[in-house]
This record gives sequence, C-alpha cells and structure tokens, in this order.
Amino acid sequence: MHDTIANLSKDDPLPPGSTTMLLSRLAESVYWTGRYLERAEGTARVLASHTELFLDLPKEAGITFAPLLFVTGSEDEFALVQDTSSEEHVVAWLASDPRNPGSVLSCLERARQNLRSTRALFPREAWEVLNHLYLCAAEGTDEVIGRRSRLTWLDEVVTDVQRLTGLLAGSMSHDDTYQFLRIGRHIERADMTTRVLDVRAATLLDGRLDTQRAFADVQWMQVLRSLSAHQMYRRTVQTRVLGPDALRFLLQDPQFPRSVSHCLAQIAGCLDTLPRHEATQARCADTQRLVTEARAKTLAWDGLHEFVDEVQLGLAEINTTLTQTYFRADPADAATMLETA
Amino acid sequence: MLWDNYDSTSTFDEFLDPTGRPRDALEGVARFLAGLTQQELVARQEAAELAIKAMGITFTVYADNENIDRVWPFDVVPRVITRDEWSRTATGLEQRLRALNLFIGDLYGDQKILADGVVPRELLGNSTNFRPECVGINPPLGVWAHICGSDLVRDGDGVLHVLEDNLRVPSGVSYMLENRLVTKRVFPELFRALDVHPIDSYPSKLFDLLASLSPRQDERPTVVVLTPGVFNSAYFEHAFLAQQMGVELVEGSDLFVDADDLVWMRTIHGPARVDVVYRRVDDLFLDPEAFRPDSTLGVPGLLRSWRTGKVGIANAPGAGVADDKVVYAYVPAIIDYYLGEDPVLPNVPTFICDDPAQRSHVLSNLTELVVKPANESGGYGVFIGPHATKAECEEVADRITADPRNYIAQPTLNISTAPTLCDGVLEPRHVDLRPFILSGEDSYVTEGGLTRVALRRGSLVVNSSQGGGSKDTWILDHTVR
Repeated sequence: MHDTIANLSKDDPLPPGSTTMLLSRLAESVYWTGRYLERAEGTARVLASHTELFLDLPKEAGITFAPLLFVTGSEDEFALVQDTSSEEHVVAWLASDPRNPGSVLSCLERARQNLRSTRALFPREAWEVLNHLYLCAAEGTDEVIGRRSRLTWLDEVVTDVQRLTGLLAGSMSHDDTYQFLRIGRHIERADMTTRVLDVRAATLLDGRLDTQRAFADVQWMQVLRSLSAHQMYRRTVQTRVLGPDALRFLLQDPQFPRSVSHCLAQIAGCLDTLPRHEATQARCADTQRLVTEARAKTLAWDGLHEFVDEVQLGLAEINTTLTQTYFRADPADAATMLETA
Repeated sequence: MLWDNYDSTSTFDEFLDPTGRPRDALEGVARFLAGLTQQELVARQEAAELAIKAMGITFTVYADNENIDRVWPFDVVPRVITRDEWSRTATGLEQRLRALNLFIGDLYGDQKILADGVVPRELLGNSTNFRPECVGINPPLGVWAHICGSDLVRDGDGVLHVLEDNLRVPSGVSYMLENRLVTKRVFPELFRALDVHPIDSYPSKLFDLLASLSPRQDERPTVVVLTPGVFNSAYFEHAFLAQQMGVELVEGSDLFVDADDLVWMRTIHGPARVDVVYRRVDDLFLDPEAFRPDSTLGVPGLLRSWRTGKVGIANAPGAGVADDKVVYAYVPAIIDYYLGEDPVLPNVPTFICDDPAQRSHVLSNLTELVVKPANESGGYGVFIGPHATKAECEEVADRITADPRNYIAQPTLNISTAPTLCDGVLEPRHVDLRPFILSGEDSYVTEGGLTRVALRRGSLVVNSSQGGGSKDTWILDHTVR
C-alpha cells in the first residue's frame, strides 16, 4: 500500500489541494455541515414558495401545506406529535420545531454545532455569519407563524446561507475541506430537487383533481419556484411552462445549479481533487448515467415516482461509499496498511 | 458622573491613587474616559458584549450534568500596567519557570534537592501529580513545563505576588487574545492615541516552541493540539489555538501509535505521521496503556512513543508535579537551590499544613486565613476564613487534620481593585492577572496577560465558572511629563 501520505518521500508532491491533511472525523463533520446548510436553505425555499403559492391561488384550488411533509420526508414523525396538518402546525414543524431534526432551525443548529468543532478549518468570519444566523433565527421563531413575517424570516435564512456560501467561495482555500463541504451541499441539493419533483410533479402529472388541474400551469411554475428555477427555466427553455420541459430542466439541464445532473457533475468535480476517489466516482457516474438517459417525456406520464426512487438510491450509494472511504476507515486497516507498506 | 462615588482608598487601586488621581501611565486613558458620558461608556460596554456574542467567544460550565455555553464575561475598562513594572515581572516569571523545570527534571532524575533536604522527601511520596512512569526520562532541552500560566495578585501594599503556577494544562490565553480584539473594536481611538503593546504574536511563538520539540528537525513538523473534545470547558481555547497556529485540532480517537512507537493521525489520505502533540488532556487520561486504562480521551501508546523520543509532548507528562500548592511554598528555596538567585517575584506567605507547627498556627487562626487544597484548580474547594461560618471553620479544621498534606493556608490578601462598569457606574472590583510563559530554546512572556475580575462587590473569586469576568490588559509607557 503506497497511497498514504506517511509513505510519500519528501520529494513526492502532496496531492493537489492538500498542503495539510484533513482528519477523517473532521471531513465527515464538514460534509454534514454542507448537507445541513443546504437542507436548511432548501427547506426554507420550499416553505417560502409554498406560502406564496398559497397566497396566489383561490381557496377552491384546495392547496394545503400537507404535501410539504412529504417533500421533507417527515410525515411519519409529524404524525407522532400533531393531529392536524394545518398551515400553522406544518410551518412550525418545518421551520422551527426542535423535535424535527430536519426543521430549518434544527439544521442550522446542527450545522453550527459541526462548524464549531471544525472552526479551525474555516475562515473566522464563517463562524460569525453562521452563529449570527442561528441566533437570529432562534430568536425569531414566533415570526414563522404570520405569513408576512414568515417570508422575511425564511428570506433571511436563504440570504444568510447564501452569504456564507459566497464568503467561503471567496475567502476559503478551495482545499479538501472545501470539497467535502461542496459534496455535502450538492448531494443534499440533488436530493431536495428529486423530492420536490416526486411529490409535487407526481400530483400534477396525475391530474386527478380537476380543480388543481385548472391551476396546473401555476403549479408547475411553483415547482420551478420552489427550486428557484423559474427565471432560469424561462431563459433557457424559452417556452411557457410545460410539464415535460420543466422535468427535463430540473433533472438534466447541465447548467442550472439545482438540476440533479448539474449537482452530480459538481460532486464528480470535487471528487477528482480528492485522494482515493475511484469507488465514489464510480457510484457518482452510475447515478449520472441514470439521470442523463432518462426520457422526460415518458416519465412525465408514467413511472416518475419509481425513477425518483432509483435516483435517490443512487445518491444514497454515493453517500455510503464516501463514508466508507474517507470517514470510516477501520483503524485496524490503517495499522495493517502501515505494516504491509 | 462616572467616578463620583468611586472609592480608591480601601485597598490598592490599579487606576486611581488614594487621592483619586490617575496613576502613572493612566492619564491618557483617564482623559479619554472623562470625555465620555455615562451613556456613552455604557454603549461601549454593550457594543463589546455584542461583539463577543457575534464572535462566539464562549466558555463552558457544567450544571445539572449538562454543559452550557456561556458568553464570555468581559468588562470594557482596560487594566493597565506600566512597562517598567512589566519587564521586571516578566524577568521574575522566566526565572521561576527556569527553576521549576530544573526542579521537575531533578525529581524524575537524581532527586538531589531531596537528598540535600531542601524540599522534604515526603512531599514527593504524597504527591498526586508525581508520575513514576516518567522517572529517568530526559525530554528535549531538559524542559518539562513548556507552557506555564502563573496567577499574580497585587496586595494592598502595591506589590505583585505569585499566587500559583499552572503547569499542567493552563488555559485562558485565548481569552487574553480575544479580549484585545474586542477592545480594539470598541475603543479604536484609544489604540491610535496610546502605544498599547500588541499581544498577538503568542500563537506564532507557541507554534515555534512546539515545532522545536519535533524529533524530525530536518522536516516540516506536523504539530497537533490534542483536546478532550467539545465538552471540555476549555474547548473554545483548544480550537482557537489550533486555528491560530494553523495546525490540526485532534481528539484521542484521531491518533494511534504503531508497533514502531510512531504516532499517526487518521486522515482522508490515510495515516499521517505526527511529530508534536500539544496536549490539553490531563496526564492521567493521556494514555490508557500507561495511566488510567478506562480513559477514552487518550491515545494508547503515546507515553511509549514519547519515552523513545518519537514524538514531542507539551507539557511533558509528569510536569504537573510542580503544580501543587505545597511545592509552591518551596519555590523561593527552589530558585535559590538551582539558580543561586533571589526570587524576583515574591510568593504569598504560605503555611504548610503538613508541618505540625505551621498546622497548629493555621488551626488556631482559621478565621483570618484562606485554606486551599493542594491539587484543585478553578477555585474549587477554597475556604475563605473571614467569610466562613463557625460550622464551615470546624469542617475545614477536620479536613486539614485528616489529610494535612493536601492543604496549605495563606493570609487573606487585600487584593487590588480596578474600576469596573457595574450597572452603569464605575466601581472598584478585585482583579488578578494570569500571564503565560513559554519555555523552549528561548523563553517568552506575554505582554501582560489575562486580567480576571470578581464581578460581585467584595468578592475575591475571579473564576469565570463562578461569576468572574475579565478585562483587556495593557502595558503602557510612563506618562511623559
């Protein structure tokens, strides 16, 4: 085994972007920081756009907040603590409930916890921004109930996470740590995009509810808006919003930053700079192939749910392989590696 | 007005002399404060508190089996020491640490000082910090305690005394550095006007010291800070120092020692060799193979690696033997024995309860004395005679009689005060000072140190875990008249 830094002679160059060696424990923590931050931002976007949709559509459209529970995959946990999925209950659950590990606030709290124990790796301002964001969000949890203050609260979360992302892009070395953060962000983003598609598009394509079908265009726009994709869709696709086009855009557009394909390409790019990336790259390529080869037109009518399941399994595989390669290397293996070196 | 009811006569005040005039070197600060209204000063204090919150400067306290992050308590009025007094003090601190290192080396070597009867042999036999595992080891440069934090207090007579030397894992230096950052944000104009000596070279001095302990001097050393983890009360500092030095902050589980006694850390590239460990884990938890087998904080085999010179460790295991309040009483004799010098800095007079004559003096004068356990830190277990009830006196007398080796007693000091903003007005509050001393090829003393202040009126307890606050400490030149 010769792929350990320990066995490199002085003259061997260090792998690119690794003047210092990132601890496995920290890499894992950073990866999850990236995931939690993206989950907080993504959930805030979905909540905000759904609130706007709710305000735009007349009552007879029958829009409720319940689908958001499916988007975030927390319907079972929610049912354990609440009887009714009223707007107030669902919003509080998704925005600020400490019992929901996926609530915006819980994600921010966990990201902050992780950043705290890895702060030596980040520019000092990163901690200040996240600390400030968390404290403000935690102090303002009452604001999520009223619709107007809710939008402000959610906006601040999105803006501040974006600010943090920008701050890191502009002032942190794009080293191994940064790559793990980005991998976390993009896995989570791809996951959110597929979830939104699964829950919302499925209902729309299904078209079972006549009243909802009447507002299908508006709803498709909303799917795009939940992912902050509407404007870019219009610029890229240049037609009115149609189901299959929107689906293709969100799955396969190579340039839109929240499309699944784009996220996977980003992950592959990050992995390129990391050592020992072969196995994870292979899983990433499998999933990318699955997404690129999908036929949006067919999927729009049939099998979207099953397809999304497959993509999500692919994302889970990437996560597992990454974890095994970088975070969970058995200490006994490490010792053996050295002995046999 | 701010100073209207300020009493600078009940003990030595750091800012005003007994007639109410600013002391040497303090005119500039006094003039500046005089130019602020009460509201303005309160606004600065609030700005400082906001900055501390925004910067996330916290410390951890334990309550009900939970650890709680508290915002670091800070008072905005700086504490000032003149440059002349500070150079003298720094010389004294270096002298002390030099002597203590020779003492520790002697204890783990020939034990000449015991043979010569300067320090009683029983002291060693009863010491909880003596590590038989370290006997016969010669660490690089003969230095055991590389990093020392000594506590200084000024008595009513205006003289700085050493109260104790922390040689195990002294903490506080990060707060000293952060306090300065906060003060710069809050009083930028003062820093322009006055020549406050910068303190921010500490992390690079510390890194140079640690790097000098590397067994591979021809290569760029890998230095790590070893922390017990995020639940430790000083975790903030461990992370801070690692960040400032640009080194890894590791936990025990990140490291392992191989069959060749080399230390490695687990990284995403595979194992990477570690040359120097700045450990912030107590001796007994450092290596379950050598010390407490139940420790999950340490690294099995670390002591073995250090013993064979494959890794540098600061402070060296066993250095805490000199961090003991009974050893403290002998420091003037230790300085004389090894260096043939008079101590530059005086000790606080100390009664050793293990000595029958001194013990009987202590037992009959308890109400005037402060009694301390030999090996506690953080201000825990301290008995303050003048504030004690009769029952408490009896209880401490019983404890001393049962285990005299574990107690020392000192006269109650009339510790100096410094103006502190309390509910919008300046009031005198007791302060101490913890400078940090580095000892390797060269030695280094921080410019000033961490000033801690007892925020409760009349209180002498400065520990942050028990209601203490802190101040920025400025070394200033004498006023040019």
